[in-house]
Amino acid sequence: MTAADTVTRDASKGSKKGLRRRLDGLFSTSLGKTGARMRMVAAGFVCLYVGIGARLVVIGFKPDPTTMRRASGETIAASRPDVLDRNGEILATDVKTVSVFAEPRRLIDKDEATELLTAVLPNVDARDLRDKLASKKGFVWVKRSVTPKQRDEVFHLGLPGVGLAPENKRVYPNGPAGAHVLGYVNIDNGGIAGIEKYIDGQGLADLHDAGFSLTPEDLKPISLSIDIKATHAVRDELEKGVTHYKAKAGAAAIMDVDTGEVIALASLPDYDPNMPGDMRDPSIINRMNVGVYEMGSTFKALTIAMALDSGKVNLGSRLDARGALSFGRFRIHDYHAQNRALTVPEVFTYSSNIGTARMALGQGVERHKAFLRKMGQLSRMRTELPESAEPIVPKNWGELNTMTIAFGHGLAVAPLQAMMAVSALMNGGYLMAPTFLKRSEEEARKSAVQVVKPETSEAMRYLMRLNAEIGTAKKVNINGYYVGGKTGTAEKVIGGRYSKTRLFTTFMAVAPSDKPKYLFLTIMDEPQGLPETGGYATAAYNSGQVTAQIIERVGPLLGLPPRFELPTQPFPLLARLGYGIANSPAHGGGGH
Amino acid sequence: MISRAERSTFSDWAWTIDRWLIAGVALLIVCGLVFAMAGSPPVAERLHLSTFYFVHRQVLYLAPAIIVMFGVSFLTPRHVRRAAVVLWIVSLALVVGTLFFGQEVKGAKRWIFGVQPSEFLKPAFVIMAAWAFSEGAKRKDVPGSLLALALLPVTVAPLVLQPDIGQTLLISLVWAGLLFMAGIHWLWIFGVGGVGVVGAVAAYKFLPHVHARVTRFLDPQAAGQGVADTFQADTALYSFISGSWFGKGPGEGTLKRILPDAHTDTIFAVIGEEFGLFVCMGVAAIYGLIVLRGLYSASRNEDAFCAFATAGLVMLFGLQAAINMAVNLQLMPSKGMTLPFISYGGSSLISLALGFGFLLAVTRRRPHIEPIVEASVMEARA
Repeated sequence: MTAADTVTRDASKGSKKGLRRRLDGLFSTSLGKTGARMRMVAAGFVCLYVGIGARLVVIGFKPDPTTMRRASGETIAASRPDVLDRNGEILATDVKTVSVFAEPRRLIDKDEATELLTAVLPNVDARDLRDKLASKKGFVWVKRSVTPKQRDEVFHLGLPGVGLAPENKRVYPNGPAGAHVLGYVNIDNGGIAGIEKYIDGQGLADLHDAGFSLTPEDLKPISLSIDIKATHAVRDELEKGVTHYKAKAGAAAIMDVDTGEVIALASLPDYDPNMPGDMRDPSIINRMNVGVYEMGSTFKALTIAMALDSGKVNLGSRLDARGALSFGRFRIHDYHAQNRALTVPEVFTYSSNIGTARMALGQGVERHKAFLRKMGQLSRMRTELPESAEPIVPKNWGELNTMTIAFGHGLAVAPLQAMMAVSALMNGGYLMAPTFLKRSEEEARKSAVQVVKPETSEAMRYLMRLNAEIGTAKKVNINGYYVGGKTGTAEKVIGGRYSKTRLFTTFMAVAPSDKPKYLFLTIMDEPQGLPETGGYATAAYNSGQVTAQIIERVGPLLGLPPRFELPTQPFPLLARLGYGIANSPAHGGGGH
Repeated sequence: MISRAERSTFSDWAWTIDRWLIAGVALLIVCGLVFAMAGSPPVAERLHLSTFYFVHRQVLYLAPAIIVMFGVSFLTPRHVRRAAVVLWIVSLALVVGTLFFGQEVKGAKRWIFGVQPSEFLKPAFVIMAAWAFSEGAKRKDVPGSLLALALLPVTVAPLVLQPDIGQTLLISLVWAGLLFMAGIHWLWIFGVGGVGVVGAVAAYKFLPHVHARVTRFLDPQAAGQGVADTFQADTALYSFISGSWFGKGPGEGTLKRILPDAHTDTIFAVIGEEFGLFVCMGVAAIYGLIVLRGLYSASRNEDAFCAFATAGLVMLFGLQAAINMAVNLQLMPSKGMTLPFISYGGSSLISLALGFGFLLAVTRRRPHIEPIVEASVMEARA
């Protein structure tokens, strides 16, 4: 009996009786509906159990957290390609190791596991490990790269929830030699700095992220421009020099002027990439790439090249250096003051600030700026290494700036950037971006830009050579290599003023000067004067000396044959213009 | 083979019993033993008992359980009702007794004399309610609905005080199901539903352990002080995930070693880890088929009491299994309910056997008229 039936029937009856019936209808239960109601309940149960089944299916498609770790940040250290030097020597390679991990959720007795593991792996901190194992994580590392003996011992512990994972560990057989070029990797074999990071940027990281497990055999080795033997020699000589002259830091590099390849690079203090410590320490930066410095007199080469290339000045031109050059309240002096008019070669060999400032003024601010921009000195230089630095360029570049920048003060650039420019002045006028990867001369020429005339380049080589014979760079005149060079000493800015005692010295050398092949640069931060240098701390005495030792030592390594007979016609273009070569030592200054 | 020609109490029983239900429960008992071998050793080891202690105990309890089940299944509906009344009174008294003399286990007083009387209260209550509903529907002179209405609070009140919200919920749901089947007006369905919702909200508001459990279920991070205690639920779910479709293999499970109540409340998760999700679905299917078979049989039963009792008992059985599985699968907050015939537990097993025995008794096929009456009528004609 439904309520509706009751209501319709009620209509004909009395209201009091109707109310009773209606209440009866509400309270009554009838067996007539039971069958249908039971089917509804059955349907409800079907839904309930299908729901449970569906939940089971959903769970079945959930990934197991232990396999999820590969997709997450905790990757197993991936394979990386070998890094070779230009002669095929291994600079970096992968070594297979085994690491111990734990899955805390599967551990039965965390205290027991901590006790047994720390007994086998004494380097692991017990409290730290206990905390890690007590976490609710699906996966934690216990110790990366254990020894084969420890691996066997952990295996024989037979702890459920503790496992061994094969991993790759990056090894650098040469230790700190070439460290700044190579960079280093983190514990997961991901590139963090240097060429290692560059490799990841070339798609290796993407491949790993996409889940490809690459074996070292799949990966083509990377050949660098670095010559590891020369790098060893450079680092060794530099280290000796830095220690001897009590310098705060130093750096040295060799560049192939024809290809722009960096053959050797050392920056001290450095680090062992096998054990990268605290890489936030600013003293271990790559000073060739990341440090920016006022290059001092080395920059005069650029100023003179600009003047010569413009045609306004030739090697015979004379510049007034009779007295200090006044500009407003500033006076520019010469360190080796001659107090007379100097020819262009004399300006270079006496390292005359006044002469170069006058040359730059003769060109004007805009042309000076344009030339330096063309030489790549005003913008950030990019190489394969991820580390680079923006040059510090004066905001309001006036005539005074042009005058000081002419002799290397007031513009701070990365030393490698200066090398790139000087390299162009030496190699016939081709500016090419430095590279740390092996490349041929043809490849280098493709992207090279002619920035100065070949005659200008030859004149610069002549000046460099002359400077080594009679000028400030006599220290570097190693017999047989026909070296040319230029010193540079900048006073460091301490508290907003140039300091007379804290110096930054640079030395740029080219060998051989007639057919240039290698450009050498050594920089030293705050070298000290020594009794045997007469207390002088200018470039020739320290950076120059180190460069000379480097050239003497790496010349044979780099296949530069020593020639004990001087070339008869080293500068053919200049000879045609009527300039001879002073192949005899003459008087000259100490160096600045 | 049992002869149809010669009638005896046993042959009557053998020919009238629902063999599908017997097959279902037999399958569950056998599987239960296999699963107990997987789930109970870690717990036994934790308690420093012999490895298969709980398996042996389960087998030991099975003997009386099977005897009780088959013994009860011989009862006629009349005797079923009488047994249920006695059982209801005794177990209700014991439940009330737990409030005063019970052992406190994990924050609740549910045990007395080594048994959990609420387990026995459930089937007795269901039969009482079925009786009340069937009488109410059959005869207008008996206030069946009112009796049934009064039965619920009387039974549930001591359970709420224990507190045992899981059993309260189960009993209330079965009672509501019976009320629904009795053909109650839809208005009441929504009314009772409303009361249920209000009751649930009240439980959440005023009972601290319900509040904690629900909060923990809804927002695991916020509930606890500092680290949320979702260990049991998380480990159970993780067991299913790590077991995946085909499981790790019998005895290969590792999570069961840290899973609390691996032999009782969370045995479904152990099954998932070692035997896989397909076996879990199979287990769920057995319960589902028993429920459907029971409801089918109830809908065809012309005796109102038998129909209601069948439906009630089978709902009790099916809901308990479903709640346990849902809790294991993190579909519901923890309830403390066992998986019938698979979870370890002495009083649970005996009470389930009793309930199933009642079910078998009321599902026996009976002629429309009692045979003795039929015979006497024929004699009278002759």
